Amino acid sequence: MSTLVLPPARGARFLARRRRSYFLFIVPALVVIGAVIVFPWGYTLWMSAFDWTIGSTAHFVGFDNYRKLFTNQRFLESILHTFYFTVLAVTAPLLLGTAAAIIFHREFPFRGILRGVFIMPMMATPVAVALVWTMMFHPQQGVLNYLLSLIGMPASLWVYSPTLVIPSLVLVEIWHWTPLVMLIVLGGLAALPTEPYESARLDGASEWQLFRFITLPLVAPFIAVAAVIRTIDALKTFDTIYVITGGGPGTASETVNLYLYLQAFAFYNIGTASAVVVVFFVIVLALALLLLHVREKTKWM
Amino acid sequence: MANRDRSSGPDNQRRRLLQGGLGAAALGVLPNAATLTAQAQGTFDWKRFKGEKIEVFLVKSPRGDLLTKYHKEFEDLTGIAVGSEMIPEQQQRQKAVIEFNSGNTSFDVIAISYHVQKRLFGKNKWLVDVRPMIADKSLAEPNLDFADFAKGGLNYATQSDGRIDSLPLNLDPWVVYYNKELFEAKNLAYPKTFAEMLDAAARLNDPAKGVSGFVARGLKNANVPVWSSFLLGYGGDFIDGNGKLMTETAESINAAKMYQTLLAKSGPQGVAGFNWNEAQSLFLQGKAAMWLDGIGFAQPLEDPTKSRIAGKVGYGVMPAGPKQQASALFGDGEGISTFSKKKGPSWFYLQWASNKANQTRVLQAAAGAPVRNSAYAAAQSSADFKAPKEWVECMLTSARIAQPGLPVIAPVTEFRDVFGIALTNMINGADPAAEMKKATAEFQPILDKSEKA
Repeated sequence: MSTLVLPPARGARFLARRRRSYFLFIVPALVVIGAVIVFPWGYTLWMSAFDWTIGSTAHFVGFDNYRKLFTNQRFLESILHTFYFTVLAVTAPLLLGTAAAIIFHREFPFRGILRGVFIMPMMATPVAVALVWTMMFHPQQGVLNYLLSLIGMPASLWVYSPTLVIPSLVLVEIWHWTPLVMLIVLGGLAALPTEPYESARLDGASEWQLFRFITLPLVAPFIAVAAVIRTIDALKTFDTIYVITGGGPGTASETVNLYLYLQAFAFYNIGTASAVVVVFFVIVLALALLLLHVREKTKWM
Repeated sequence: MANRDRSSGPDNQRRRLLQGGLGAAALGVLPNAATLTAQAQGTFDWKRFKGEKIEVFLVKSPRGDLLTKYHKEFEDLTGIAVGSEMIPEQQQRQKAVIEFNSGNTSFDVIAISYHVQKRLFGKNKWLVDVRPMIADKSLAEPNLDFADFAKGGLNYATQSDGRIDSLPLNLDPWVVYYNKELFEAKNLAYPKTFAEMLDAAARLNDPAKGVSGFVARGLKNANVPVWSSFLLGYGGDFIDGNGKLMTETAESINAAKMYQTLLAKSGPQGVAGFNWNEAQSLFLQGKAAMWLDGIGFAQPLEDPTKSRIAGKVGYGVMPAGPKQQASALFGDGEGISTFSKKKGPSWFYLQWASNKANQTRVLQAAAGAPVRNSAYAAAQSSADFKAPKEWVECMLTSARIAQPGLPVIAPVTEFRDVFGIALTNMINGADPAAEMKKATAEFQPILDKSEKA
């Protein structure tokens, strides 16, 4: 019996030592993550509990910044604007990008060149793109209203109208980011197996049935990836909106990002800005979890 | 506060200069000048700080470019090496505030915008008071000639407690650019009063031909000086002596109504989203009869490759309001960081940057309106001077009647944001009195807090 006692004891000691040595190996990673992720977050949380404007002394106010935010009409509206913008700026490029991918997946003359042309917008710098669109949107001299007048349509105010501003900004996003969705979905299409199509054709399936019951389910995971990327991009859009409208007219296109920028870098209200960041983080986190859940469901591999 | 804003009265200004001079003389040596005067008895010598190195922090603009271009001249003159950083205005302001707030700055000399930063910098005493150095004969160059500076500029450089913590460089009074051809076609003269201005705008407005009677900024924040231009004429002010906003007064509401009438009735479609660039491009195309904005935007108007109205542009001084004729003023200058360890060499840089040669260059390059009166004569006598005579005259007259176009408070940007939104809402039909009331209620606590802290 006594001989049986020894090995486990020795084993436990060995394990304990091993555990200790494991711990040593993860220390560098812990330090890095602590310094670049955990600390800034903790500090932002800490600052959000202060009433602090740069150039004056900070006072501890607890949750007061949050209380003020949730009674601040402008902030609440900015959340709505963000969602409105995001929903449009995700769905439209997804639909158009998927359609474009299906077209480019077929064989036709000059496909390579046309595909290259199609993805060109993606390579442009957002600020430069925004400046060009600003000129095109000009209600009197912009090329868009000129084009409308050619086909006999009345001139539009585009980003200069409080009601049209967000859809008009989404137009820029569509132009800029549909190619990205197209690339991702095209990659998915190229990876599809051919057997299901062959057997479906033998069974007499129509083109629409092939698309609806084979292509779409098989390519769905790729569309889901594109949706995740687009959602993240759309939520954090700043440059396009800032350059084209600055959140205007009035506050009609002010998203959470623009509001945050104003509070932090124009008004120097660091406490309020930190609270905005925390609220925005919670929103983004919730959305990310939702999207991950959707992605789990569409997995086929 | 009201005194500070109205400080452009000549007496007020002269008194302040005197106070400044006397103060410095009485005290003899102020703390931050102690080290300088210790080593500096005797006559002025540009080479005194030979071998030192300073860092200057400029704003990316034609004026910043000009100074940078001639840094070599300063280095040859003084033997002081200059390291310079030049970034766009908004980023420059942010970086400056963050550095000053941290208690240490990477730069010795900084370019500032008075209409945005004067009060913030003055309240925190972030810039060195230059009065002792002006008074010290061994440090002030003999040609400094303070009398040559336009009074609007000196007012801007003088804080409410009498400290002069910068040297002014450029002024930007607001003027009315007008299209002479359109005025002649309707047989109209340039308006002399607000009433005539409203009338002319309404008559010149011709939507069928795509011509607007009046254009100016409608975009929030950017639009506030347009309203202040009217406010000054109505005899209104931003803030009273007790730190209470005066934005709900009859003067303020009348100015807001005028803003609303001009832009909503005689302005182009979509003007609520216009910044200066949209307004400028409309005016350049001959599609607007009047355009109210800063005088610094004149340059492309006379360039035939960019403008359809070159040679037909009139430069009008802001028409008179019911109470007075005044032009809203903006301006920039340079100061020395209080955290600088090279205050002497930095002071030399300030004097060089604001000297007559550099000021004349600004005018010759049409990069802005220099604060030195002598620069105008100097530039006009040179052969390659292209700006029209009318522009120069308009500039000089406007500078004489100029008053600060924004309140001298720390949260200027927030002021512009809150009142800017109110003004944009008015273009889209909101009631001026109600909007002004709402904006005042929103901004008063912010102002109170900033003055308390």
